[in-house]
Amino acid sequence: MDNLIALLIAAPLLGAAVLLCGGRKLDKAGHWLGTLLAGASFVIGAVLFVDMLGRSADHRTVTKHLFSWIPVEGFQADVGFQLDQLSMTFVLLITGVGTLIHIYSIGYMEHDENRRRFFGYLNLFLAAMLLLVLADNYLLLYVGWEGVGLASYLLIGFWQHKPSAATAAKKAFLVNRVGDMGLSIAIMVMFTTFGSFAFSTVLGETGGASSGRNTAIGLMLLLAACGKSAQVPLQSWLGDAMEGPTPVSALIHAATMVTAGVYLITRSGAIFNAVPDVQTVVVIVGTVTLLFGAIVGCAKDDIKKALAGSTMSQIGYMVLATGLGPIGYVFAIMHLVTHGFFKAGLFLGAGSVMHGMNDEVDMRRYGGLRKYMPVTFVTFGLGYLAIIGFPGLSGFFSKDKIIEAAFAKGGTEGWILGAVTLLGAAITAYYMTRVMVMTFFGEERWKHAKTPAPDQPGVEPAAQTHGAHDEPHPHESPKSMTIPMIVLAFGSVFAGGIFGIGDRFVKWLEPVTSFDHGNSPVAEWTVTAATIVCLLIGVGLAVAQYGRKPVPAVAPRGSLLTRAARRDLLQDDFNHVVLVRGGEHLTRSLVYLDHSLVDGVVNGTAASVGGLSGRLRKLQNGFARSYAVSMFGGAVVIIAATLLMRAV
Amino acid sequence: MSSSAVHSLWTTAAEGKLDKIPAPHIEYAQLAPTLIVLGAALIGVLVEAFVPRRSRYYVQVFLSVVALAAAFAAVVGLAAGGYGTTKAHIAAMGAIAVDGPALFLQGTILLASVVAVFTFAERRLDPEAHGNRVDSFAAQAASVPGSDSEQAAVKAGFTTTEVFPLALFAVSGMLVFPAANDLLTLFVALEVFSLPLYLLCALARRKRLMSQEAAVKYFLLGAFSSAFLLFGIALLYGYAGSVSYATIADVVSGSVQNVDPALAGTMGNDALLLIGGAMILMGLLFKVGAVPFHMWTPDVYQGAPTPVTGFMAAATKVAAFGALLRLLYVVLPGMSWDWRPVMWGVAIITMLGGAVVAITQTDIKRLLAYSSIAHAGFILAGVIATNADGISSVLFYLGAYSFVTIGAFAVVTLVRDAGGEATHLSKWAGLGRRSPLVAAVFAVFLLAFAGIPLTSGFSGKFAVFKAAAEGGAGALVVVGVISSAVAAFFYIRVIVLMFFSEPKADGPTVAVPSALTTAAIGVGVAVTLVLGVAPQYFLDLAHNASVFVR
Repeated sequence: MDNLIALLIAAPLLGAAVLLCGGRKLDKAGHWLGTLLAGASFVIGAVLFVDMLGRSADHRTVTKHLFSWIPVEGFQADVGFQLDQLSMTFVLLITGVGTLIHIYSIGYMEHDENRRRFFGYLNLFLAAMLLLVLADNYLLLYVGWEGVGLASYLLIGFWQHKPSAATAAKKAFLVNRVGDMGLSIAIMVMFTTFGSFAFSTVLGETGGASSGRNTAIGLMLLLAACGKSAQVPLQSWLGDAMEGPTPVSALIHAATMVTAGVYLITRSGAIFNAVPDVQTVVVIVGTVTLLFGAIVGCAKDDIKKALAGSTMSQIGYMVLATGLGPIGYVFAIMHLVTHGFFKAGLFLGAGSVMHGMNDEVDMRRYGGLRKYMPVTFVTFGLGYLAIIGFPGLSGFFSKDKIIEAAFAKGGTEGWILGAVTLLGAAITAYYMTRVMVMTFFGEERWKHAKTPAPDQPGVEPAAQTHGAHDEPHPHESPKSMTIPMIVLAFGSVFAGGIFGIGDRFVKWLEPVTSFDHGNSPVAEWTVTAATIVCLLIGVGLAVAQYGRKPVPAVAPRGSLLTRAARRDLLQDDFNHVVLVRGGEHLTRSLVYLDHSLVDGVVNGTAASVGGLSGRLRKLQNGFARSYAVSMFGGAVVIIAATLLMRAV
Repeated sequence: MSSSAVHSLWTTAAEGKLDKIPAPHIEYAQLAPTLIVLGAALIGVLVEAFVPRRSRYYVQVFLSVVALAAAFAAVVGLAAGGYGTTKAHIAAMGAIAVDGPALFLQGTILLASVVAVFTFAERRLDPEAHGNRVDSFAAQAASVPGSDSEQAAVKAGFTTTEVFPLALFAVSGMLVFPAANDLLTLFVALEVFSLPLYLLCALARRKRLMSQEAAVKYFLLGAFSSAFLLFGIALLYGYAGSVSYATIADVVSGSVQNVDPALAGTMGNDALLLIGGAMILMGLLFKVGAVPFHMWTPDVYQGAPTPVTGFMAAATKVAAFGALLRLLYVVLPGMSWDWRPVMWGVAIITMLGGAVVAITQTDIKRLLAYSSIAHAGFILAGVIATNADGISSVLFYLGAYSFVTIGAFAVVTLVRDAGGEATHLSKWAGLGRRSPLVAAVFAVFLLAFAGIPLTSGFSGKFAVFKAAAEGGAGALVVVGVISSAVAAFFYIRVIVLMFFSEPKADGPTVAVPSALTTAAIGVGVAVTLVLGVAPQYFLDLAHNASVFVR
């Protein structure tokens, strides 16, 4: 059975290899092959899941050593897998949502001439992501980590003929490099501390390491998580990553890859538990990002960017939960899975809307679409209810638990965190209602509107293939797109209940992450009630602002905060002033130093060697007599030197 | 032999006691490699005399390749028979050593010679003259360049097939040189391989005057250095009363005294030892091309026919370093405190001198000549190590270097314009655009010269420097690395020139060679890469062969 683990990764990897090397001949069948292999991977995952359920909770972890990559004395780099409840959760999420999005993409990318390449990249992503969550050591995890980074880069820049997409891909890559650097440093420190990369060694011997080492490893792992999961201060790439095709945004930049940081922290729980100071930093990062993303999400008129802000904010919740330690790990992962369902569903819904609207992304040009796209409306609506935490739906169970856990942290901290998470819930309700109302309700603002100029950022070039340049004709998307949306909507509705009722998910994951109830100063029902109140406030505000009054087609100037939020709270301005300018100055001074000092020395040396060469060369004058004199002189010197040596 | 010894020989003969002189005992089987090559050379002379002109070329090429291959087989057989290790001993009445270093170097020389003979036999590069295929050698060596008789010889389709027996003679001398176990054998071997080389240098088909000038210079300076060597031998004989390596070593170490009563006046005089030893060293340093005895190298390398240059640069260097190693490790280990500082100095100025002067060269053959001088310096660093690793690393380096060199010069023969080989560097600009394969192969050789990892040059340099550092010559290694850096400049510059410069409109063409040169270059590339990627087997081989018999 454990041989299947390797097969799990091999299936999409094979797909990627075939599709990317196969050439144009595969254009007609490529997307089917990619989808089939993704589905195969899901089936294998399901088989392994059933197998795992068949064993008792203590015997569910399976390891499989494939081969030793670098078997050197003192440096053992193995390729081995570890399938436990945590990885299994991810495997099912990745392959399940992954397969659905493959199916969706068949319809969505129908008119793109590079569809085969797109599916190749998607398969590559699946393989890398599965490697990331299945690795049994940090070095192999790093391979997967870089692999998903590569796939993300390729897919964000999939329409690289658009300068904005190419720039966004580059930006994502560069920002991620900062995080990757953190991971590589963490791995190096691990190796010098524990002499191994294996989870079993590193996490098992955490107690033996000095707290300084653990702090260093923890902070570096956090930096890595910040990069991959778009947490402050490395959050700036996620909004621009929406330049990628919408299925990519759904799969990679909402449901799976961006949650890799949460996986990393949860997997390395033993290290973080050992250094509470680092956990505090984790909590701060999560809290700040939670609010940051939520505020940005309120101001964006681009439907995908609004959802991206929401993703950032929801992952902030998860990171916050992981920072709480054993109280929060389980709920972080639970929210991760439910979020995977409803956020993927929301993105697919957004893609469906764009599909019907000539790839318009500006919500101010939507409105009243519920009549034209009933399926999209219902599935999107269910996802909406799930994310705002409507009682009984997925988000209600998972987010509520995180808020409870925040209170359970105890002390002043607990109160602050609890309050912030509640505030976050209110803002979530506000911005999601705003999206919902602006898109599906109200006046049909798209009538008599022109298709935006092609150079406007965020416009997908598929628009050109639709051939419609005047008024859009909203219509429901094809079955291949709506069916995945329906399936994900089911997940959005029921997943939370299935996980949450009877603490099923807690029991499932507890053997891996450990679990602690904590001491909540507030009764559970109080928290739930408070959450629902916050939700109602958020919804009410949004309806009052956008539902009762007509939405202007051109965004009003807005308050200072709104304007700042539209500019992503000035993240790019900050990065530009501090990092780009600073970097430019540093580079310039280094270049100056290089020119004047280093080059001076180097060129001076070269010139003097060259000059010496030219002068010595003249000794070689071509006359045998001069050569003989040289030999004779040499002989005299050598004999004299020999005699002198003896004399001394 | 002293006059009294001669006198006693005469008186013995007069008294009719000649039958008591024991017949010399010669181990023919153990000398087989040399004897095969020498025999083939003699047959080659007969071929010149009796075989019709038309078929001489084929007979000579066949004979040479077969003889060299058979001799190599004999070397392998001897090595397999344990003569390189446990059964190593001194053959031919103390004249020739049969031991690991000798067999390793003889094997290297023979293999290099086979490859060199391939390049000698190449007849496709030059356009046909009057319907006859021509090689790199003058139609008739005796005809005055540019004269009517030369024209007539070309028209008649004459070729100098004597180059093959000459090469074989040279090889036979080279085989003896690193195995010579007394000073007289050393000298005879030196002359046996030097004289044919002087001749070969003069035989270029193109630029004949330059070729002849090179040969004359080589001959004059070679004679000069032979004089040093010979005088050194005389002084050492005066010191030790013997020309045998073992006896001299014993006298140096003080375990034997007073070999010959007639020499009582000079025996054990350290001045004789020091001066004589230094002069013999000089003779050998001339052959390896060490500064300040190197000045013949660029002129001769440039003037000689390129196949001969490759042969000389590879095989001569192997033989000469073999003899140098034996001299220093067998004869003079007792006085290493005397010769090491001097050799340090020589190694340093050789490495730096070769590398620095190479920078301003504009002719590819001269560039390679200076490169060979710098390499001689690197090898000297290994020689100075005075430990077992020193010997094995030098053996390895010589093997690696000789194939790179022959390959590189073989590539030089391919790049041609109307005047024959286009050796001026400016003509190599943009070669990589026109003939990517040839340029890439040459780049491999240049990288090997520069000692870039994954080429044999790196393995060799690493082994030599490692041995030198362990032998206490750390400073030498530092100089070696600096010189390597300087040298890397001009190697890489050629690569840059070939690949990143615009080709000239009137640039040279790359001739399509026959299978012979292709094989030579192919062997060069293969050895370069194999020794670079997986050198361990050959390092072990050199290590096992690194014990001199005493």
